[in-house]
Amino acid sequence: MTTEAGSETEVKEKAEESAAQPDQSEKAPGETQEVANAEGEEKEKEEGKGITRYLPTWLKKQKSQSQTSPTKEAPPTEEAQKDSAPAVNGHAEEVDEKEADTEPAKEEKVDESAEKSPEETRLTAEGAEEQKKKEQQQQGEVGGEEEGGGEKEGEGESESKTSIFQSPLRLVRKTKMKLTACHVALLEGTDFSCEVEKRAKGQFLFFKVCEHLNLMEKDYFGLSYTDSYEQTCWLDPTKEIKRQIRNNNWQFAFNVKFYPPDPSLLTEDITRYLLCLQLREDVASGRLPCSFVTHALLGAYTLQAEFGDHEPDQPRPLDNVGQLTFAPNQNKEMEEKILELHKSHRGMTPAQADVQFLENAKKLSMYGVDLHHAKDSDGVDIMLGVCANGLLVYKDRLRINRFAWPKILKISYKRNNFYIKIRPGETEQFESTVGFKLQNHRSAKRLWKTSVENHSFFRLTVPEQPAKARFLTLGSKFRYSGRTQAQTRTASSLIDRPAPNFQRTSSKRISRSLDGAPRISITEATSENGRESHLDLHSDSKSPMRVHGDNIYVRHSNLMLEDHDKTQEDVLKHQASISQLKRSFMEAPPPSPPQRNQWENRITSSPATTIRIQQQAESVPQAEAAAAAAGNDATSDTKEPAKTTEVEIEETVVVQEVSIAPKPGLVTVTAAPPAEPPAEQETREQEVTVQKEVVVEEEVKAAKRESVSSESESEEEAEYHPNVSICHTQIPEEEEEEQQKEEEVKMTEQDATAPDAPSLPAEVSQPVEATSREEEESRNEVAKEEEEEEQEAEKNAKGEGEAEREAKESADGPSMAPAEAPNGHAEPEESETETGAPKEEEEEEEEEEEPKVNGEASLFEVEHRPQVICCSEPPVVKTEMVTISDTFAAQKTAIATKEVPIVHTETKTITYEAAQLDGSGDGEPGVLMTAQTITSESLCTTTTTHITKTLKGGLSETRIEKRIVITGDCDIDHDQALAQAIKEAKEQHPDMSVTRVVVHKETELAEEED
Amino acid sequence: MANMCPYGRFTHAVVRGIPETFGKAAGDVRENGETSVELAKAQRQFGCLTGALRQKVGLQLIEIPPDPELPESWRIEDVAVIQGDTALITRPFKQQRRSEMEAVRRVVSELRLTVVEMGAEEGDTGGATLEGSDVLFTGREFFVGISSHTNHRGAEVLADTFRDFAVSTVPVCGGVRLRNICSMGGPDTIIISNSDGAKKTLRMMEQLTDHHYEVLTVPEDSAANCIYIKGPSKVDFLLHRPAEECPDSVSAFQKLQDYTLLPTACSEASKLGASLSSLCLLINRKHTHF
Repeated sequence: MTTEAGSETEVKEKAEESAAQPDQSEKAPGETQEVANAEGEEKEKEEGKGITRYLPTWLKKQKSQSQTSPTKEAPPTEEAQKDSAPAVNGHAEEVDEKEADTEPAKEEKVDESAEKSPEETRLTAEGAEEQKKKEQQQQGEVGGEEEGGGEKEGEGESESKTSIFQSPLRLVRKTKMKLTACHVALLEGTDFSCEVEKRAKGQFLFFKVCEHLNLMEKDYFGLSYTDSYEQTCWLDPTKEIKRQIRNNNWQFAFNVKFYPPDPSLLTEDITRYLLCLQLREDVASGRLPCSFVTHALLGAYTLQAEFGDHEPDQPRPLDNVGQLTFAPNQNKEMEEKILELHKSHRGMTPAQADVQFLENAKKLSMYGVDLHHAKDSDGVDIMLGVCANGLLVYKDRLRINRFAWPKILKISYKRNNFYIKIRPGETEQFESTVGFKLQNHRSAKRLWKTSVENHSFFRLTVPEQPAKARFLTLGSKFRYSGRTQAQTRTASSLIDRPAPNFQRTSSKRISRSLDGAPRISITEATSENGRESHLDLHSDSKSPMRVHGDNIYVRHSNLMLEDHDKTQEDVLKHQASISQLKRSFMEAPPPSPPQRNQWENRITSSPATTIRIQQQAESVPQAEAAAAAAGNDATSDTKEPAKTTEVEIEETVVVQEVSIAPKPGLVTVTAAPPAEPPAEQETREQEVTVQKEVVVEEEVKAAKRESVSSESESEEEAEYHPNVSICHTQIPEEEEEEQQKEEEVKMTEQDATAPDAPSLPAEVSQPVEATSREEEESRNEVAKEEEEEEQEAEKNAKGEGEAEREAKESADGPSMAPAEAPNGHAEPEESETETGAPKEEEEEEEEEEEPKVNGEASLFEVEHRPQVICCSEPPVVKTEMVTISDTFAAQKTAIATKEVPIVHTETKTITYEAAQLDGSGDGEPGVLMTAQTITSESLCTTTTTHITKTLKGGLSETRIEKRIVITGDCDIDHDQALAQAIKEAKEQHPDMSVTRVVVHKETELAEEED
Repeated sequence: MANMCPYGRFTHAVVRGIPETFGKAAGDVRENGETSVELAKAQRQFGCLTGALRQKVGLQLIEIPPDPELPESWRIEDVAVIQGDTALITRPFKQQRRSEMEAVRRVVSELRLTVVEMGAEEGDTGGATLEGSDVLFTGREFFVGISSHTNHRGAEVLADTFRDFAVSTVPVCGGVRLRNICSMGGPDTIIISNSDGAKKTLRMMEQLTDHHYEVLTVPEDSAANCIYIKGPSKVDFLLHRPAEECPDSVSAFQKLQDYTLLPTACSEASKLGASLSSLCLLINRKHTHF
């Protein structure tokens, strides 16, 4: 949340102070900002503290905890760079992004100031604004959020600049948005220059380029850039450009990303032409090795396509040839051969020549193979090739092994190791895992991403839904976000336009530095990042996404342990605050932003990340947690104003339904923990605050999610399961893995699931003992759920539910600490969806799927959970606050909504064993189910369902909280909305009674900011 | 690629006569063994083979005269790997065989093939050994058996020479050569022995390939080495060992539909570890692509 606001502030401040401090460490900006915020207060390097001032006490506590957390250790600057560097397969790594956020901002400032005076003025003006904002924040903390939100939206909307929520203010801002000149090297060898907003996503630029090229079959292509490690990376279309490129060097190259195995199936000649251009370059540069004869043949087709028939009269026929580069070791003999063959192609049209070219090129053994340097388990240098069919292992030029996609159950990376789990052969009983060592974690991640993308593109018919993995989850959410080959073929078949005219350039083709093709050169051996490194990385890494994720996990585990050992007192102290948070959460209206589908979530995450980065940067010196907390604080301050502008009217309808569990003899406990808390919160923050709190919750959730994903990435671990059917069964694995800090994505081959299942237990490192029973139960439930659920929305809900369950489990034992993370994540997911939705909905409406109503899911859960004892109050027992603050902060940034940090508490509450034994185990298994987001021009309605089951003394209580947030510019008929909400609740849960209805209404003035 | 066309199209065959010193290769392990070869019978069988190639299949036959100084020179398959218009002159494991290549080099040069030398610079390829009988070319890719006579370095040279193709290395067990246990039986068909070692090799090949091959399994090792040629008139010819030499496997060849089966005896050469394909180099000088 501080997200953009934070970044801008940094920038502005810098501009004001000194435009010329380009090299400042990332920290520096953060510090300065803090200083500014503090307004001369102690410059304690703990930026967090400065910000803390403005935060409520409970927040501070959180923060303090986070600081204590191990994450602190990590030195931000050094590792941050390492982390950031790794844009592996072309997708900018999150870390990079983070870094990018901080650094780029600086650089940008500098550049701008140096280049254009107008820019400077603008900056200063903004700086002034910032000052104002700060003041405002101090005064009321009110307006800040709005700004942040607005900016966020701006990001998301950059492509489609109209967002529902945009307020006039925002529009102004947008217009102010700085444009940056982008240079894209096209395959023809020419440069395409355009201006994009600094916050534009990769997609925006990519589409612009495709538009320029008149290319419709774009899915085979991508934009690449060179990161600071001289690695060529793919620009992630769903993320902001600025956060991906490392050095503010807006230089890109348009390249083929997925080489179609059969180019003749491409629909348009122009697509084939572009593919030819890429292949000519690949061949000429030696990246695509071929024999002398093949060089000659391909060269001849190139001549035919570019120059037409061979002209015998041509005075010096060799001139043309000599100017063109056909092969890395081109010589006279080859040129003569090319000319000779050229003659034989007489009469061929350019398109035909291209087809012939491709027909020959596609047969080359290295066609479409993306090579990565690696070592095998024996330390022998090998090359790993990723291609349409699977993974190839080369030693020198020899193929020594091959793993076809159908044989691969899982792809994962951990630090600098890359693993593939192989499906057992017919004669084998167990799957085997093959590991490779890469130069560093960036390389490993890059390889992993490439593998995931290639598998998705070539092997799947529909891209895997990242959301599933997210729920619980674990590691990097990264998934291929584009269309699969099957989809793009379908789309291509629908292309209905006259074949576009395009001009073939006979220009010389010189291999360019920016090549889409992966370069294998590994600049530095980053050394092995041990697990410790994870922490370090996190802390270091200013890249918000990764760091957060990793940190969180690490923290959790550490915190848990620490807490248990040391901090129980603290924990108890925190409990109160937690309960408050819970209450606030319960009552607080859900975040205003509509839910998103998975795709959207992905997209959304990126902005959040950026924000996080900034925050982190600020706090960098201290523990990450602290940093995160600081970031949150800061964010909240800044954002609040912004939000106000955005959301003019927020209505929250909370319908609490308490029903007695279907089981006989159960006593229904009506007391809803949430009821009390809201009051407290309200008192504190007053109405406005309440809303903010709610929003915060959502944001937090989102942050958690992101963090989760980032974790894996940041940790440098990720897993990808190529199973066709993503089974919930696997979820437990994932969770466990999460704990382990690994990401798993299940690949799409159906069989995979079964094999995995057995392995699951093994994977779970800690918690299993106490939890095992519960886990099983949960699995069963999951299975049932699966059956029941048909729609993804439901799936999501389930996932959340599972997360909650896990949380419960975790509550049992101290070891469970990690379990918390899942809960938090689960909720965050929803929140993310909700938050991000508004922005991106517009953009990606197509993709969105409307989540089903909660009703079904909730019912289902109820059935499963009867055993849980009801605690009227949130399970106070031994709850700990996990330092999720960073995550929150990051999330907050991402979310346009207001920041109220507390809400997460629920998620973060950890229950100790004692609780469970007694049966008092509170673990509040609240299930958050995002149901619906309805967006109209002026109104956005988000419905969030939270299901809590508690077991006490054989009594089980199921409480369903439904939160409906209506956000919009126009007046809302509260009565009607309320009536509708109650009616729906009754319809959905006829067996339950409505015990409580809370309505919050907030009206803010948009003009506050300026 | 340019050179990529279905396996089996050949225009020329290069053979080298059986010398009087047949079976007396210095250092040949089998020399001392129980195997006794009949020179006359070997020459007769050689004649049958060349006759089949020339008259039945219709290839242009180029016969290099035997050289008594080179007792193993008749195993001409070993000294060159030819694909398309490129001939890689190999570097046999045995030092004394390395002079066999001179005559072969001359012939392929006359056929205007691009000659690539492997052993020319000792420094560059030091230690690299490669023999053609460890190389299986399927029309789409190369498999190189890593055997007692062929090593990884040699395979690398091969891969460097034929860059259009994937070159995969596979293990061969039991001291045999790759071509002893498998051969091409059609554009997409691999004939392979049913022995355990061969199965292992086949599994590896199946794992390494991007393509799908039909597999024809024969119970006897000796039957696994055949010569498949698609004749000028699109007739599928398969030269295989006669029923006397592999009684159990002949029925398997009957499964090949519309094939012209040419039983060709090779008992004497096989006593020395060779097989049908060892006796000839097949070349396709008609490139449809150009």
